[in-house]
Amino acid sequence: MSASEVRLPPARYEHGGDEFVFVELDQEMSLEANLKAMAITGALRREDIDGIIDICPSNASYLIRLDPDRLHPADLVDHLRALEHSAGQLPDDHAVRTRIVDVPVLFDDPWTRETLLKFRDRHQDPSATDLEYAARINGFTDVRALIDAITSAPFLVTMLGFVPGLPFCYQMVPRERQIEVPKYVRPRTDTPERAFGYGGAFAVVYPVRGAGGYQLFGIAPAPVFDLAQRLPDFADDIAFPRPSDVLRYRAVDRDEYDRTRTEVESGQFRYRTREVEFLPAELLADPDAVNTRLLEVLYR
Amino acid sequence: MNELIVRSGGLSTTVQDTGRDGQYAIGMPPSGAMDQYSFAVANALVGNPPGAAALEATYLGPELEFTDPRSVAVTGADCDVAINGEPAPTWAALRVSAGDVLSFGQVRGGARPYVAVGGGIDVPLYLGSRSTYLLTGIGGFHGRALAGGDRLPLGEPVGEAPVAGTEVPGELRAEFPDVTELRFVAGLCAYRLTERALASFVEVEWKVTKDADRVGYRLRGGSLEFVEREQPFGAGRDQANVVDLGYPVGSVQVPGGDEPIVLLNDAVTGGGYATIGTVISVDRDRMAQARTGGRVRFAPVDVETAVAARRERRVRLDKARAAVSAEQR
Repeated sequence: MSASEVRLPPARYEHGGDEFVFVELDQEMSLEANLKAMAITGALRREDIDGIIDICPSNASYLIRLDPDRLHPADLVDHLRALEHSAGQLPDDHAVRTRIVDVPVLFDDPWTRETLLKFRDRHQDPSATDLEYAARINGFTDVRALIDAITSAPFLVTMLGFVPGLPFCYQMVPRERQIEVPKYVRPRTDTPERAFGYGGAFAVVYPVRGAGGYQLFGIAPAPVFDLAQRLPDFADDIAFPRPSDVLRYRAVDRDEYDRTRTEVESGQFRYRTREVEFLPAELLADPDAVNTRLLEVLYR
Repeated sequence: MNELIVRSGGLSTTVQDTGRDGQYAIGMPPSGAMDQYSFAVANALVGNPPGAAALEATYLGPELEFTDPRSVAVTGADCDVAINGEPAPTWAALRVSAGDVLSFGQVRGGARPYVAVGGGIDVPLYLGSRSTYLLTGIGGFHGRALAGGDRLPLGEPVGEAPVAGTEVPGELRAEFPDVTELRFVAGLCAYRLTERALASFVEVEWKVTKDADRVGYRLRGGSLEFVEREQPFGAGRDQANVVDLGYPVGSVQVPGGDEPIVLLNDAVTGGGYATIGTVISVDRDRMAQARTGGRVRFAPVDVETAVAARRERRVRLDKARAAVSAEQR
């Protein structure tokens, strides 16, 4: 694991006014930074400290919302520093127990294509589609090869946010195989619900229609957010994805997309989901082996 | 169950309470009254418990018809209020009967009037709060702003309300200065700005643009330059981009360097723009009353000052409650 090991810089502790503490584990994105954020926030959640209102793991950082009337922000920072030392070092046998989920995506669909064509004046390359542009700047021979790269390895949900239920997903492959694209020059004012987008090193599914700045690659037939909680996967929660979930984006054709939409609309749809466990140390050392095993569990 | 008949919704009137806590991690902001002080005083004036749901209007209040006798109070922005066309005082306990109509003139100072009704607005709790979150249509009255014809359910008043005519002393009402001073704690990703840019951020008088709502206020007036750098992996190419992170409520982000955005109660909870500091919670009350075209200035403070300001607000609120409490009379 030594060759791919990332040494994280010292964490930065910052006060977001009196009600928030922000902790940046790294300015760069890496699986190591995210796994550390998950480990620290997980340990903090188990402590159940009075005065902590929200614990929000983020990509390479985390954010705590607190009630300063019950917990002084400076005391919380002291506590988090201590936690960084006790919980932040992941032992080699540390295991993440989570879910792996099959997430169908129709790439290059008519709806996001229509939207992206409407906003060409806000884009780096007005003459190409977002997929064509992303394929070119990432060195792929064509759009097909880019889609293959996205669907070949699963993604870790590294953060939820922006709007309720939006999963930021980071692909579980080494840095040199990561896809990276810029965000739009100026954000769009419109994005279709369930659009599949990519920005920085993150893939997302937009929960609701609205503004957005990520490159548009496709659309998912199934929702990640269901306010009415009509679908069985949303019985407990209006948002489906959870931090540390592993999502496998699978390319589907128009027929399967339409079939899945019908299932969603009749309330029958369920995500294909399996319980899994993986060792972060093993993932960092041999991602391909871990990913192969995870996909085997998912489709067994 | 008794109701409040909405004859006209005003410009944008929503049901709000102290906010929806504990959902930030899935990306749901707290929502809740933008000016928590005015909201709390309005509830005190009608004898409601502190967290009862009230109405938050924007610039132009709603027209409301009562279907039973109730206590009612209007606080927050400075505006004309009338009952059946007769002028009525604000920051005061009022009493209405069935058929009475409460109406508003345009606000003269501030931006957001609050209307509390004895018993509170009894829309269903959603994830622990009655607050409206407009972006995804959650909570409040069907997740949206009020419209003519709506019938708002009201709760049963508990306890005794201050007698009609009870007023909040002038020094305990909201103020609307020409330039709103916003104390803020610098930090988060402030390292992305040059020292000169950080200094100019607090020297410049910023103007509130028309893009100012419950999600956030976009400001104009200066230009802030970033420290040049090779962008870190995963952030995206633009100098204003960082690896997406959580945004505190009140945080100031600078997408292009020339248009700072202060995020407020219905904020997006995370994203990839550099954030340079956070307005302290108490001063979000003041920001809520800053209006389009109004001017704001930022004053840097440390976290101790922010916590002390919170204590001062609590003392002030206790004074206001004591001044109007039913038991005092």
